[in-house]
Amino acid sequence: MARASSIHRLALPLAAGILLMSCEREARRFHEAPPSSGNARTITMSELQPGVAVPPAETVNQYEKNGWALSEGKRLYGWYNCSGCHAQGGGGMGPPLMDDEWIYGSDPANIFATIVEGRPNGMPSFRGRISDNDVWKLVAYVRSLSGQVDKDVSPGRDDDMSKRVQEQSKTPEPQRQSSTPPASQRSGSTGRKR
Amino acid sequence: MNPLSMPGSRRARRSAAAVAVLLLTGCSGKQSVLDTAGVQAERIGSLWWFTLAICAVVYLIVMALLVATIVRRRRGAMREAPEVRPEPSEDRRTTRLVAIGVALTIAILLVFLVADFITGRKLGDLDGSDALVIEVIGHQWWWEVHYADSIPANRVVTANEIHIPVGRTVMFKLSSSDVIHSFWVPRLHGKKDMIPGYVNTAWLRADSPGVFRGQCAEFCGYQHAKMGLTVVAEPPASFQRWAAAQRLPAAVPSDPIRLRGRQVFLAGQCIMCHTITGTPAGGKVAPDLTHVASRGTIAAGSLPNTTGNLAGWILDPQSIKPGCNMPANTLAPDDLQALLAYLGSLR
Repeated sequence: MARASSIHRLALPLAAGILLMSCEREARRFHEAPPSSGNARTITMSELQPGVAVPPAETVNQYEKNGWALSEGKRLYGWYNCSGCHAQGGGGMGPPLMDDEWIYGSDPANIFATIVEGRPNGMPSFRGRISDNDVWKLVAYVRSLSGQVDKDVSPGRDDDMSKRVQEQSKTPEPQRQSSTPPASQRSGSTGRKR
Repeated sequence: MNPLSMPGSRRARRSAAAVAVLLLTGCSGKQSVLDTAGVQAERIGSLWWFTLAICAVVYLIVMALLVATIVRRRRGAMREAPEVRPEPSEDRRTTRLVAIGVALTIAILLVFLVADFITGRKLGDLDGSDALVIEVIGHQWWWEVHYADSIPANRVVTANEIHIPVGRTVMFKLSSSDVIHSFWVPRLHGKKDMIPGYVNTAWLRADSPGVFRGQCAEFCGYQHAKMGLTVVAEPPASFQRWAAAQRLPAAVPSDPIRLRGRQVFLAGQCIMCHTITGTPAGGKVAPDLTHVASRGTIAAGSLPNTTGNLAGWILDPQSIKPGCNMPANTLAPDDLQALLAYLGSLR
């Protein structure tokens, strides 16, 4: 008798807790300022610093907790023809995005800079063409291609023909930074020599 | 005078008059199913009136019977509950009446079935020779329109506003690029679903000129309610003039402000999604803007096409259609004015 009533007393808070857990994941904020747009300026081109080296603050992309933002990133990835060079993450003219090698860094701020500034040998600069919010959504999606975003927010199975494992099933591997940009590795334009 | 303090009969008469006015105004309008402007809508409309007439008669008969039983029960003096016992003659009479009622109902339903079938056959019977073929592709939340032609130079690409000649059969080839939408112009035809991966066809003909509003009729996401459509039926000569103008690419403007506006367009976010033929902008995922100033509405029928509305839409579409796929644009005032001048010149 006492045990039944204590379970009943727990039921409501438990249900509320379970329901509230998905608040951030399911929020749709159509009207908002870009998240952590200032943090992209913490990227440096060199690790050397005078005096005591201060490691740059790690960027946290709030969109990596929001399922809608990730699905928007996936839509924009298709709309803005990222797959023209990167395919669905497997690469082609451009380097693969679903692997663990990052020429210019896998931190959200690094990917933001890559998209906005462009990179040598073919990555266009999208500054002024894609709003900051949308770039952060793309950043979150690109990171999900290599499994670095939580499974519960990553996009699921494609509606159309599946060209790869869905983002939410990717197993994350420790990300490596290759130290040589592709220009010195590549002979001709047939792709990166790995 | 406070309606609730009126005497009962006056209140009843006032509300009856209000209801009558509401009912009568529901018949007309650019999106009214009952105010038909085409042969297909007329066929559907006559089926509807036929059904309404029969159902109204049945309704009155049933209500009369109900009232009769209530009144008759009240007239007879019942001091105690009647004994329930079988009375053969009474029972036979009741059974016969119920059987007649059921038989009549079945007969009426069969009549409806036949009328439905006949209407369905008539809807498929439209002379298709010399039909104008228009492909409409539904997007979230706008309509992509292509006028097919065997000569590629004669093709027209537009969005959200369809012009058709009066008196000529039009064949719509309907599809979708993402989720299921539904093509519905009430004054011309019933609803036809637009299913991704499948081409549905709808045949219709406008028999009187006018501007008809359509609406997406299958829930398709955040802005399904604001996915409107305009169909303009005009005399054939007028339609040819419109089509000829739509085939022309946008000319490079000579006016310096409009030229600056064109530059603002090409240097900003717009080119990622929109097309203006005659410029390097070739985005395919948003409405074609080559002749945007010739349209009566923007944002898929949700805003009248005025400079102010266009400015508000460009700067912050999320405040008008939250969840739609167009991002906000930050523009300096001079740039915005120039862009509006340029877009306003795209007739």
